Amino acid sequence: MELSLATRTVGEHTVLEVGGEVDVYTAPRLRERLLELIDGGARHVVVDLGRVDFLDSTGLGVLVGALKRLRSAGGSFALACDKEPLLKIFRITALDQVFPLHPTVDAAISADSAGAGA
Amino acid sequence: MATVKLSFSPAPVHVRTARLVGVAVARRAGVREDLLDEVRLAIGEACTRAVALHRQYGLADPVLVEMSDGGSYAVRVVDRAPIEAGIGLTALPPDELANESLTDEALTTGVGFALLAGFVEDLQVRPVDEGIGTEVRMVWPVGR
Repeated sequence: MELSLATRTVGEHTVLEVGGEVDVYTAPRLRERLLELIDGGARHVVVDLGRVDFLDSTGLGVLVGALKRLRSAGGSFALACDKEPLLKIFRITALDQVFPLHPTVDAAISADSAGAGA
Repeated sequence: MATVKLSFSPAPVHVRTARLVGVAVARRAGVREDLLDEVRLAIGEACTRAVALHRQYGLADPVLVEMSDGGSYAVRVVDRAPIEAGIGLTALPPDELANESLTDEALTTGVGFALLAGFVEDLQVRPVDEGIGTEVRMVWPVGR
C-alpha cells in the first residue's frame, strides 16, 4: 500500500497520521512533510503510526531526524503506536528508549502536555 | 530444490518488489505465517542496504536476490560494492541513536543491521566467492 499522510491540529500539537508502507522509497516523502511542518512553526508533533503496515530502517531514520530537530528547537516529538509488530521493531533497535511511545494519540498529547507544560 | 532469482537495478522503488517476491516464495516454501512479517522486513533491509551501497559507489550493476527452499528457506542478497564498505556493519547502542553528531546515513545503517540481527536467527554477512561484493545470507525454518 502506498504511503498516506494527513495532518491535523489538536491544541498546540500537530498530529501527522501516517498510513501504508514507510520504506526506502517512500521515507523521503515523510521526511519532506515533517520538515514542512517544523519549518512552518510546528513545535509539538505527534506522529500516529496506527495505519502503518510496514516500517523499515529508513523510516526509523526519518523519525529520529525529526525528533532531533524538534528537540534542538525546544519542541517535542512523540509517537502513537499500539501495533505489536511495529513495537517489536522499536524494541529490537532500542529506539523504544529514544522515542516517547504511546498507545494512542490522546495518550501522547496528554503525556507531552503534562511533561512540557504545553 | 526450487530456486527463484530476482535481479533489479539499484533503485529504492524496486525494494518493495523484492519484499513481495521474497514473502511469496517463503509462503510457498512453507515458512510459518507468523514469521512472514520478519521475512518481509529482513529481505527489505538487506535489499535497502545493497541499494544504498550501489548508489554510494555509483554502481549501476543489479542487486541479486536468490531464494531457495531446499529443506529450509534461504535468501541471499548480493551487492557489488567494495568489501570494506559492506562488512563494516555495527548495531548502535541506545545512547548513541539520538546523538546529535550521528549522521542520518549512519543511523539508518546501524538500525538496519540491528533489525537484520534481531529478526534473523541464522544470518551471515560475508564476501562473495567470486569478484567484488558481499552477500547477506538469511535462513528460516520451513514448517513441513
